[in-house]
Amino acid sequence: MVEIKNIRTLLAENAFLQGMSDDHLQTMAGCGKLVRFKPGEFLLREGDTADTFYLIRDGDVAIESDVPAAGPLSVARVGAGGITGYSWLFPPHRNGFDSLALTDVSAVALDGECLRGKAEADHELGYQLMKRFAQVMLDRLQATRRQMMDVYSNGKRSDAASG
Amino acid sequence: MQPQAEMRSPMCPYPFRVLEIAEEMPRCMTMRVAPDDATGDTAFAPGQFYMIYVFGHGEVPISTSGDPAKSGELTFTVMAVGSVTQALCALKQGDVIGLRGPFGRAWPVDLVKGRDVIVMAGGLGLAPLRPSIYHMLSNRNDYADLALLYGTRQPQSIIFRQTLAHWREDAPIDVEVTVDTAGRDWPGKVGVVTELLMGRRPDPSKTSALICGPEIMMRFSAYALMELGIAAENIYVSMERNMKCAVKMCGRCQYGPFFVCADGPVFAFNQVEQLFRIREL
Repeated sequence: MVEIKNIRTLLAENAFLQGMSDDHLQTMAGCGKLVRFKPGEFLLREGDTADTFYLIRDGDVAIESDVPAAGPLSVARVGAGGITGYSWLFPPHRNGFDSLALTDVSAVALDGECLRGKAEADHELGYQLMKRFAQVMLDRLQATRRQMMDVYSNGKRSDAASG
Repeated sequence: MQPQAEMRSPMCPYPFRVLEIAEEMPRCMTMRVAPDDATGDTAFAPGQFYMIYVFGHGEVPISTSGDPAKSGELTFTVMAVGSVTQALCALKQGDVIGLRGPFGRAWPVDLVKGRDVIVMAGGLGLAPLRPSIYHMLSNRNDYADLALLYGTRQPQSIIFRQTLAHWREDAPIDVEVTVDTAGRDWPGKVGVVTELLMGRRPDPSKTSALICGPEIMMRFSAYALMELGIAAENIYVSMERNMKCAVKMCGRCQYGPFFVCADGPVFAFNQVEQLFRIREL
C-alpha cells in the first residue's frame, strides 16, 4: 500500500501525466512498480514482447539498435522525465528498439498488459493515455524525420556553402 | 564604428600568411592567418565574412570563426566542398592568400545586451557563431543567461572540441551538444538540435536567439523557438548565398529584396521568414 502511494505521487509529478485525474493516477499506480537499472543493463530488448513502459525518474537511457558490422547505434537518448516504450500500446506488442541504461537509472515501470485492461474498461483513461502518447510519438516522429533529412548538410557541393 | 567603414579598397585583396592550419574533421580545416604587410587590418564584428582569394583558384566568402578581440590575426573554418575551398584546405603554414573584407551585417551583439541569448548551431554553422560567443563571454556582464545548443551528425563531426570543452567546464554558458546518431561511447544527447529546446522555458520577453546552419536547420530551429513564444524579430539567422563582389554590386547573392553580402548575412527572422517559404529562392 505504501509503495502504491509512493508510485502514485511519482506519477503525479511526471510531466507526461500532468492533468491526469487523481482516480486515473491511482488506477495507473496499481500497474506500476519502482525499478532500478545499472549501467549496461537493458530496460527493453528489441524483438521482445512489449509488456512494459518506463517513466524515467533519473539517469540516461539510450534507444538503440544493433547494426551488423557496426555495433549498437543510438538513435535517441532519454533522460529524467522522459519515457521509453510505446510498443505495449499496439499489436503485435513487440519492442522495436533496445533501451539501454547508460548510467544508474531509476524509473517507474508500468505494466502494459495491466494498463491495456484498465484502459479497455475505462475509455476515459484510455483516451487520456492515448492523447499523451500520441503527442510524444508525434514529437519523436518529427524529430526522427529531421534526423533522416540530415539537416546539418547543405546538400550543396559548391564553394558557396563552405564556411 | 563598423570595421568596414575603415576598410581600404573593398575590391583589392590584401596578402595574409597562414600561421597555422589544423583539421577539425575530414575535409574541414581551421586556419589562422595574419597580415603579410603593415597595411593589413584584422578588426571585424562577429558574423562578418571575408572574401578569401586562393591565388590561381579563385575567391570564396568565408565567415570569421575566431575571437574578435584578438588583434593581429584572423581565424577561418572551411569545409572543402568545391575547387577553391579544396585548394584553401590544402594550404600549408607560410602560404599566402588574399583577403578582402570584412563584409556584411554582424550578429546583433549590442542589440541583445541585457537579454538571455540562445545560440543554436548546426554542423559547420558553429563557425560563424563562435565569434559572437567569444564576444558575449568577454563581456559577460552585459548579458543574462547564455546557452549554446549545438547539433551535428555524429560525434566525429563536432568542430571546436577544445573550445566546447572549455566553455562547458569553465565558462558561464550552458553548452549542450546533440548528434543524430552515436555509439555507446558518446556521453551526450542523441537527436536533432531542436530537441535541445525541449524542457527549456525561456522568457519570451527577454530572450533572443542567434541561429546558424543550413537553411532547413535554421527554419526548424526558428519555428521551434517561436513555438516557445520567442518573437521572430528576436530570432536572427545567418544566410548563405553565392557572394561574389561582396559590395552589393554584382547581384549574385540577391535574396528577394536583399543582397546577402551587404544587407546580411545576418537577418532578423521576421525579415526573411516569408522568403524561407519561397522554394525557388
